[in-house]
Amino acid sequence: MQINRRTFIVSTAAVTGGLALGFRLPFGGPSVARAQDGSPEVGVWVAIGPDDTVNIRVVRSEMGQGTITGLAQLVAEELDCDWSKVRIEYPTPGESVKRKRAWGDFSTGGSRGIRESHEYVRKGGAAARVMLVQAAATQWKVPASECTASNSVITHAASKRKTTYGKVAEAAARLPVPQDVTLKDPKTWKIAGKPLKRLDTRDKVNGKMIYGIDVKMPGLLNAAIKACPVFGGTLKSFDASAASGIKGVKKVVQVGNDAVAVVADSWWTAKTALEKVSIVWDEGENAKVSSATIAEMLKAGLDAEQAFVGNQNGGNVKEALAGAAKRVEATYAYPFQNHACMEPMNITARYTPEKCEVWGPTQNGEAAFAAVLEASGLPADKVDVYKTMLGGGFGRRGGYPNDYVTQAVLIAKQMPGTPIKLLWSREEDMLHGRYHPVMQCKLVGGLDASGNLTGLHMRISGQSILAAVRPEVVQAQKGRDPLSFQGVFESGEHQFSYSVPNLLIDHAMRNTHVPPGFWRGVNINQNAIFIECFMDELAEAAGQDALEFRRKLLANNPRGLGVLNAAAEKIGWGKPAPQGVYRGLSVLKAFNSYVAGAAEITVEGGNKVKVRRIVGATDPGYAVNPAQIERQVAGSFVYGLSALFFQECTVKDGRIEQTNFHEYNSMRIAQMPKVETISMPTGGTVWGGIGEPTICVAAPAVLNAFYRATGKRLRSIPLKNQGIELV
Amino acid sequence: MIRLTINGKTQQVDVDPNTPLLWVIREQVGLTGTKYGCGIAQCGACTVHIDGAAVRSCSFPVSAAAGKKITTIEGLAQGNALHKVQQAWIANDVPQCGYCQSGMIMAVAALLKEKPKPTDADIDAAITNICRCGTFQQVREAIHAAANASVKA
Repeated sequence: MQINRRTFIVSTAAVTGGLALGFRLPFGGPSVARAQDGSPEVGVWVAIGPDDTVNIRVVRSEMGQGTITGLAQLVAEELDCDWSKVRIEYPTPGESVKRKRAWGDFSTGGSRGIRESHEYVRKGGAAARVMLVQAAATQWKVPASECTASNSVITHAASKRKTTYGKVAEAAARLPVPQDVTLKDPKTWKIAGKPLKRLDTRDKVNGKMIYGIDVKMPGLLNAAIKACPVFGGTLKSFDASAASGIKGVKKVVQVGNDAVAVVADSWWTAKTALEKVSIVWDEGENAKVSSATIAEMLKAGLDAEQAFVGNQNGGNVKEALAGAAKRVEATYAYPFQNHACMEPMNITARYTPEKCEVWGPTQNGEAAFAAVLEASGLPADKVDVYKTMLGGGFGRRGGYPNDYVTQAVLIAKQMPGTPIKLLWSREEDMLHGRYHPVMQCKLVGGLDASGNLTGLHMRISGQSILAAVRPEVVQAQKGRDPLSFQGVFESGEHQFSYSVPNLLIDHAMRNTHVPPGFWRGVNINQNAIFIECFMDELAEAAGQDALEFRRKLLANNPRGLGVLNAAAEKIGWGKPAPQGVYRGLSVLKAFNSYVAGAAEITVEGGNKVKVRRIVGATDPGYAVNPAQIERQVAGSFVYGLSALFFQECTVKDGRIEQTNFHEYNSMRIAQMPKVETISMPTGGTVWGGIGEPTICVAAPAVLNAFYRATGKRLRSIPLKNQGIELV
Repeated sequence: MIRLTINGKTQQVDVDPNTPLLWVIREQVGLTGTKYGCGIAQCGACTVHIDGAAVRSCSFPVSAAAGKKITTIEGLAQGNALHKVQQAWIANDVPQCGYCQSGMIMAVAALLKEKPKPTDADIDAAITNICRCGTFQQVREAIHAAANASVKA
């Protein structure tokens, strides 16, 4: 099994002028579209070659989360094909435009890859099976209802005839695509739902996988770039005289109104030459902003009159809190964080007045396509995007914005016909992120004399991502950003887990000049810390066990209760822990999955934290690949705990101070806890996400355990600022 | 001109002697399996073997590699026979995005050469590569699997 590296094959051929882009039509007549290897399409999702190779189309981007394998499993399940013959093909956004978005949404974010396309891709597989069976039945002159299909073989039992998908694919491709197909009961799945191996592993262990940074083509030149370090600043002037004479340097160019790039025969030459370009920036007013001024602004929001309501329940929260037998109050803070994908931002662009194409990593081919359209000024039929493997995405490559795509096209336009590979240095990547929003939160809870929670006010103060990247959504909500309330919202995929009699959760929006972005898990990262650590504070004030306290409030949330109970049981909650070992819990609903965490830690010398174990329980409704779910849960904990312990982007003179991994650390294998995943799908009509939801339960579970170990509440992230180490 | 022996093949490259080995491998030699992650020897994505030892090639001047035996991820397999670490990586489905895995595998291969049966503590001390996808649990399992494999490197 291998990935059909369509993008790369096409890119090489396109440069030599050998292959027209788009699906080829020469062999089957006008009615049959073809995959890149010439095999006929049986419906848009499947193309089958005469050797029974099954090309399954995927438009969501693979960035490690396993989406191509999971989506292929769903198609293959309904197709009843031989899994060992499956390959993946990425249709391009240009092809999608030509074919009226035949493959739907390309966007790969919000843990949506599988949960929002499972139905139509399964129908695509089922429709192809019906067409293949019909083609065989027609050939045999028997009713299709007498034929069965399994493992790419079609059988007519009565006449003992058999054929394969590959043999009838040409005929099947000429049949109409049935619109009404019945999907299998997931309980009968044989390919989907199984812990199958990923389809893309082999080339990832031998150096052959092509990431954006690896794109090669004849005549390609490399670009290194520096944009104004202060967000919103512009380029005043630059002097390239010390750089342009360097051997290998081809051109020094302005990019947009805020950046300078050096184009050279090698990237190393471009990068070192760029350091010799003297640049004068107009940094503007933003240069006065610092972390301290931002923190002040957010702090003011904690008690501001005006705030957007995300969740409200029952009577008057102020009265309930005023009349409470016991009041508990706490303030938390969460910093800016960079995605720090292992592969820095990059893309290769080639522009001519007749065609503009880009090759590289994006989580949203269509968004990149739109960026190329705009930057090139060319019409849609003269633009295309060819995706490579992504060296991480985590939201940074989601298209909000397509800054690096736009830059590459703007450089390429200044050197028509020459492919330009733009690669950001790690330092540029750290300086020009789209950061996890900065947030503060004040929580006030009221308990009655019996320790029941009678009122809760959660005031969030801080940045709105949507206000920055999709202002029209915020406008439609009269200024509110519903995503700010992820995990604590009034309804929907991020509904608050608990039933609280007098509840108010609101958001004082305080936007900064530092651009925010969708960062794996997005706003559940801080909201889970805020609410789940505070739940422990409330339980303690109520004199109750943290699990029992939560259970009462989860009475109307059986799935939330289910995952919490499962995690608690597995960690051994209520049973004695080994000497020096302390436990913590957390639970949330996110991206339509119910998730819970339970951690076991030790603390040496009051500050050296060892996370021994973390249990992650998830109820995503359906589990398409349990082995990949385990990996996503464990991986999400690495991302989340790195953020908890180490990561903060601070602002000084309007710019981000951290420049590389020595100042922005990430967890290593020595710090990795044993992760135990409980995947407990309970079905239903709504599918939940996998890549993100569990990320948020690790941090509060660890923080709650830390309190039990030390008697100290840690309410400000990252913990390194308080002298806490992860060992 | 600097004379380099990479994956058993000797060639001359015409570069500034201070150029990091990583970029010569990627750009002049054209082997792109070795990755750029940080440029300051923090992340390990650029790990290669020089005379059998793991080296972070982003911070290693090409001139210092002259005349030495350099192995990259592309040269780890013996012909069609994958190295036991690569085999263990496949068997344990280790990579997620995979970008850091060339460096991870090279670091592990060097560790196993030194310590054929590493303990968890040995692994913790020797493998300090960054993986943002967080594959460490599978990495550890696969290291032990490779160490226990009968396959000879």
